[in-house]
Amino acid sequence: MTASATLAELLADLARILPKERFLTEAAQLAPYESDALTAFRARPCAVVLPQTSEEVVEIVRTCARHKVPFTARGSGTSLSGGSLPVEGGVVIGLNRLNRLLRLDPNERIAVVQPGHINLRVSDAAAPYGLYYAPDPSSQPVSTIGGNLAFNSGGAHCLKYGMTSNHVLGAKVVLPTGEVVELGGESLEGLGPDWLGLFVGSEGLMGIALEVTLRLLPKPEKYHTLLAAYDALEKAGDAVAAVVASGLLPGAMEIMDNLAIEAAEAAVHAGYPTAARALLIVELEGEAPQVEAEAEQLSRVIERSGPYEVRVARDAEERMKIWKGRKAAFSAVGRLSPDYIVQDGVVPRSKLGRALAEIERLSQEHGLRVANVFHAGDGNLHPLILYDGKVPGELERGERLAGEILRMCVRLGGTITGEHGVGMEKKEYMPEMFAEADLEAMRRIRRAVDPLELSNRGKMFPGGEAPAVTAHGAHPLEQAGVISRE
Amino acid sequence: MQHKIPVQELGPQGEIMAHAVEACVHCGFCLPACPTYSVLGEEMDSPRGRIFLMKEVLEGNLELEEAAPYLDKCLGCVGCVTACPSGVPYGELISTFRGWSEPRRHRPPFQKLYRMAIQETLPYPRRFRAAAMLGQLGQRMKPLLPKPLQAPLELLPEALPMAQPLPELFPAEGRRRARVAFLAGCAQQVLQPNFNWATLRVLAKNGVEVLIPQAQSCCGALAMHTGERARALSLARNNLRAFSGEVDAVLTNAAGCGSGLKEYPLLFRGEAEETEAAAFARKVRDVSVFLAELGLEPPPALKTPLKVAYHDACHLAHAQGVRAEPRALLRSIPGLELLEIPEGELCCGSAGTYNLEQPAIAATLGERKARNILATGAQVVATGNIGCFTQIQTHLRKLGKDLPVLHTMELLDKAYNG
Repeated sequence: MTASATLAELLADLARILPKERFLTEAAQLAPYESDALTAFRARPCAVVLPQTSEEVVEIVRTCARHKVPFTARGSGTSLSGGSLPVEGGVVIGLNRLNRLLRLDPNERIAVVQPGHINLRVSDAAAPYGLYYAPDPSSQPVSTIGGNLAFNSGGAHCLKYGMTSNHVLGAKVVLPTGEVVELGGESLEGLGPDWLGLFVGSEGLMGIALEVTLRLLPKPEKYHTLLAAYDALEKAGDAVAAVVASGLLPGAMEIMDNLAIEAAEAAVHAGYPTAARALLIVELEGEAPQVEAEAEQLSRVIERSGPYEVRVARDAEERMKIWKGRKAAFSAVGRLSPDYIVQDGVVPRSKLGRALAEIERLSQEHGLRVANVFHAGDGNLHPLILYDGKVPGELERGERLAGEILRMCVRLGGTITGEHGVGMEKKEYMPEMFAEADLEAMRRIRRAVDPLELSNRGKMFPGGEAPAVTAHGAHPLEQAGVISRE
Repeated sequence: MQHKIPVQELGPQGEIMAHAVEACVHCGFCLPACPTYSVLGEEMDSPRGRIFLMKEVLEGNLELEEAAPYLDKCLGCVGCVTACPSGVPYGELISTFRGWSEPRRHRPPFQKLYRMAIQETLPYPRRFRAAAMLGQLGQRMKPLLPKPLQAPLELLPEALPMAQPLPELFPAEGRRRARVAFLAGCAQQVLQPNFNWATLRVLAKNGVEVLIPQAQSCCGALAMHTGERARALSLARNNLRAFSGEVDAVLTNAAGCGSGLKEYPLLFRGEAEETEAAAFARKVRDVSVFLAELGLEPPPALKTPLKVAYHDACHLAHAQGVRAEPRALLRSIPGLELLEIPEGELCCGSAGTYNLEQPAIAATLGERKARNILATGAQVVATGNIGCFTQIQTHLRKLGKDLPVLHTMELLDKAYNG
C-alpha cells in the first residue's frame, strides 16, 4: 500500500472518532503545533487531534497503532528539551482538554486528575483543605500533570521533597499498542517491581497517562524565605555547601547570577539587589517552632558565608515576589538576548563552585555570555547560553559550549539532565553517560512495550529510527514518519 | 524566536513586528492568561500560536486568509503582555499586523459592509446616536434579523439618555491646582453621558480646570485595532492638532481611549509626526492616575456601607499597567469595601468591537465574568471603561442580576455629593 493511501485511511479513521473542530489538518492549524518551548526544532504533524475523553484517547492510539503511524502526546507544550516535538507526518494528541480534577480526597490526601490538568491548579483545589501538591517546576502555572509525569519534572522545592516520581501514586495508562493498564495504586506501598516508576520519566515512550493519582502534602505552617546577595558567584556556591553541612534541610536553595538577576528584575520587578554578582534564595518551611529555630541557625551560617546584604521576606507577598522573579528567570532572559539555549545538567553539590568556575571559563573561551539560574541545593545547574542566531556561527558555537558543559557535568560525577529531560535536545549525549549495554537494555524494554516505536518516536535514544530501519537504511517516507515497517 | 521576516521590504512596520517575534521564546507562559485559549484550548488561538502564525504569514509560508480566522479571534486584551516574562510587545505586533494585513484581506461583502458600518458610526456620537435609536426599533424585530445583526442590538440599552453637549471649559472649584484637556470618548457620550459629567464634577472638586477641545475626534483606537490604519492616522492627526494647547495633562476616562492615545507613537512610526506623537503620548493619563498623583480631596463617608467589586479593564490593567490607582481612589471612600473578582485578569469579552465581530466567544467570556463578579457578593461593580460597562451589564442582566455597574468616577462623584 502506498504511503498516501495509508495516510488517507488514517485520517479517515480519525475523522470518525472526532468531530471536525477537534480534528485539525489545515496548515494554519498545524503550524502552531510544530514546536514546543524549544523552537530550534520544528516538525509538522499530519494531524492534531484534541480528544475530550479517555475513551477518545484510547481510540486514537489504537487507530495510530493499526496504521503504524507514530504519535506524540502534548499538554501545554512547555518542554525545554523538545519532548513534545511532533514526529514529522505523525499525529499530535493534544491532551489539554482532558483537564478535569476527577477526585480529591482530603482524608486520603490524594487527587486524581486527567493528564491535561495544570500543575498549579492541583494545589489551588487542595488549598481549602490545607493541602498542596509539592513538585513546583517554574512552568507550574502552565505545564500539565501529564507532561510533568512524562519528564519527571522537578522544581525549586525538590531539594526537600523529591521529584514528580515521589508524588505520583498511580496512573491509568494507554500503552502504545492500545491496551489500558493500571500502574501503582493509591498508596506508596506497592507490590512487585515499581512499574509506575518505569513509566514516570519515560518521556512519552511508553504510552499516554489517562488518569493520574497524586499525593498531596499538608501545607507548611510557616515559611522563612531569605535572600542573600554576594559579590562573587563562588561565595554563593560555598554558602549552599555550608548550609547543608550545618545539618539544615531547607525546602529550596536557589542561585541566580548577575545576568539572570538583571533579566528577572526587568520582567517582574522582584526588588532584587541588581548589583549582586550572585543571589542565593534559601527557604525554610515546616512547623512554626522548628522553622523559627532553624532560621536562627541559618542566619548564622549565612552570615559566615560573607554576603554583603541579607533580606528576609516579611510576609507572604514579599515571599511571592522573590519566587516570581526566580520562576520567570528563564523566559526573562529573552530580554537580554534574541536567542538562548537552556541547559540542565547536574553536578554533585560539593563540586558546585568548581562547576561554576568551569562554566565561566568555557563562556569566555567560546565568546558567549552564560546566565546561571539553578537549583543549587541539589546541584541542578541551568546555564543559559546567550547567542544571536542571526550572527553566522553563533548557534553552532552555543551548541558546542552547551555540549562541553554537559560533558563537564558527567566528568564531575553528575548527569546530563536534572529535570527537563533528554527529549530531542540531549539524545546525542546519552552515550556520554551510558554504556552501549545500558542503552541496549533500555531500548529492549521500550520495544517490549512499544514494538513499533510509535509513541513519541525519535526521542531520548541517540540516533535515528527503529533498529530495523537503521540496519537497512530508511526510505525518505520512513524518516518522515509517514510509513514504517514491522 | 528565529525568523526570516523581510524587514527591509516592510519598512518601519516590519521592524515593529520582527522585534516582537524575536522577543518570543515560545515558553507558553501566555497560555493561561489568554481568554481565547482558556475558552478554545487550541494552540492557534493562543498568543504564542498567533505570533507563530503572523511570523509564517510575514515570511510567506502561510496564506493570510488561512491564518486570519485565528488572528481575528484575538481580543487584543494584551493579558498576555502582563504574563510574558520575555517582554514581547504583543499589542504592538497584533495592531501593526492588522494594519498591514487588512488591505490584503478578501472579506465577504456582508462582513466588509458590517465592519464599515461600525467604523462609520461608533466613533461619531451623532451618527452613533441615530444608529442606536434605529437599533431600538430593530430590537423589536430582532428575531427576524440575520444573526450578525443581533449582537449589537443585545448590547443597546432600553432607553437612550438625552444628548447633553459638554462645555468647552469646566472650571475648578476653589483654588486651581491643575489645568487639563479632556478627551470625551465616543460611545460613552451616547450610552452613558454621566461618565463624563461625573468625571468633570470630581475633577472640579479637586481643583482641576478642564478644557474640552471641541475640535477633538475619536482617538482612533477602534480603527487601529481592527487594521484600519489610514482611518486611525487621520483621526489621530486631527487630535494632535486639537490637543496642541498648553496643559498639565491630557485626560481620558475610558481605558480603551487612553491606551489608544498612548499608542500614537506606534501608529506614527516612520511618519512626519513621530516626535510630536511621542510628546503628546507622554502627557496622556487616565483620570484615576492623574487624581492619585495629584492627591485626592478626601471624600466624606458613605451613609451606608457598600461592597464594590472593581473590574480591571484590560486597556487599563494590561495595556497601561493601571491597577493600583483606581483601587486606591475607591478605598479612600470611607464605608466602601473593595472586593477582588476571581480571574480578574481575564477579559470580559468586550474588547472594542470584538463583541460585535466575534459574538460567540465574547458571550462566553461575558457570562464567565458576570458569574465571577456575582461570586464576590458585591452590591456594585466599578470599572473604568465604557465597553466593559456595556458588556458586564448585559451579561449580569442575562443571569437575572441587575446590580449597578458604575464608572470609578461616578462612585467618587456620589461620595462627594452624598
